[in-house]
Amino acid sequence: MYNNLKLHIINCLNENIRFDGRKNDEHRKITVEYGISKSAEGSARVKIGNTEVIVGVKTEIGTPYPDKPGEGTIMVGAELTPLSNPDFENGPPSIQAIELARVIDRGLRESEAMDFKQLCIKEGEKVWLLLIDICTVNDEGNLFDASSLAALAALKDMHFPGFDGEKIDYKKKSEKKLELKEEPLSVTVYKIGEKYVIDPTNEEEPFVDSRLTVAATSDGTICALQKGGDSALTEEDIDVMIDLSIKKTQELRKHL
Amino acid sequence: MNRPDGRKFDELREIEAKAGIIKRADGSASFKIGDTIAYAAVYGPRNLYPKFLQNPEKGVLRCNYNMMPFSGSGERIRPGSSRRSKEISLVTQKALLPAINLNEFPNSVIDIFIEFPQTDAGSRCAGICAVSIALAEAGIPMKELVAAVAVGLVNGEVAIDLSKEEEDLGGAVDIPIAVTTRSGKISLLQMDGMIKAEDIKKGVALGKKACQKIFEIQKKALKEKYNTE
Repeated sequence: MYNNLKLHIINCLNENIRFDGRKNDEHRKITVEYGISKSAEGSARVKIGNTEVIVGVKTEIGTPYPDKPGEGTIMVGAELTPLSNPDFENGPPSIQAIELARVIDRGLRESEAMDFKQLCIKEGEKVWLLLIDICTVNDEGNLFDASSLAALAALKDMHFPGFDGEKIDYKKKSEKKLELKEEPLSVTVYKIGEKYVIDPTNEEEPFVDSRLTVAATSDGTICALQKGGDSALTEEDIDVMIDLSIKKTQELRKHL
Repeated sequence: MNRPDGRKFDELREIEAKAGIIKRADGSASFKIGDTIAYAAVYGPRNLYPKFLQNPEKGVLRCNYNMMPFSGSGERIRPGSSRRSKEISLVTQKALLPAINLNEFPNSVIDIFIEFPQTDAGSRCAGICAVSIALAEAGIPMKELVAAVAVGLVNGEVAIDLSKEEEDLGGAVDIPIAVTTRSGKISLLQMDGMIKAEDIKKGVALGKKACQKIFEIQKKALKEKYNTE
């Protein structure tokens, strides 16, 4: 049964058609909503088809790392909530959640999207921490693209809270926005059989042989990669997947 | 008596309820009251493992209350369960049990997950209201719905549906209650603060009345779901 379904999917993909009528390199309908949580300093909801992800940014004051006394920092967490998928369970973060969070974290960090020096309040003592949390609401596949888009949208939505030099006043939002020097976005290209697929649904995901997540800035510079899945990739695979991914990130930007 | 947002003492905040918001779940709903937003999903009845948890006589109802890390009024909330969230999960389960018929589902579990993207007091009550709609949408046999609201004291007077701002006023009292909508029984009752016995009685009576209004909104949400399909 399982193998038959895989064969059926591959036959369809060979004809460039999917169960829902899309082309192999086509996203489902994407919507981005800003400011969906008043409790967060910045937030966004992204829907890709029926897949829905919420990202919220909280700010805290912390002490800098000893090796970088003049820099604030970010932290990305992901909760694959059991609300969003019958297979997700409560408890400590699963390996899938950790991978998702770390891939999004690397895209933001390595592109130097925000100037960490600007997050410094007093060198060696006080810095801003940006705590970015990804929460899934409905998982119908491709959490990677949805999370990347939602994380960037939430950062664009962010205002610093009131701060008197000592304490944060979370009730007050200041006018000060987070300055973004780069806008890193990632698109994951999946390989099923010999075909490259964008934005798989939860029906297609179990049959993915391998995947490559590529995070790129708006000028197409790559800032993070992650290869996943059980099968290995050829050099040609990588070339094609990177090109396709960068092309698709440019399309995704139109939704921001 | 004055309330900070100008509401009457028996006036609910604005409510929006919607059924069927999470497609992967067997039943789901959102319930927004003021600035508190609850999402609820129901999965099941499904197999329960490990096996020793199974009950051969009837199904098991499991509830899980969780605030998203950015949904609190202050600092980020650390993910994962806390003593608070575990207790609320427990009282949520007890609030719902009287309304549900689990006899048809021996050895199975009905899992309920409640998440909050944003809160402004009254989250456990909003969660119960959302779950009640979600259970009905999932087709779980129910004798009645459950509606819930927090009553309390604001500036020494009995009032319903306190906001966070009102809870933070000195001397505020918080009494979350849940009401089974047909038999009119109380399935959740908690209280913290200092209050006279007669004020509790007054509060519960007011809360019951408010729950009837919430019940109408819950019914409307369910009807809307099925009218559009």
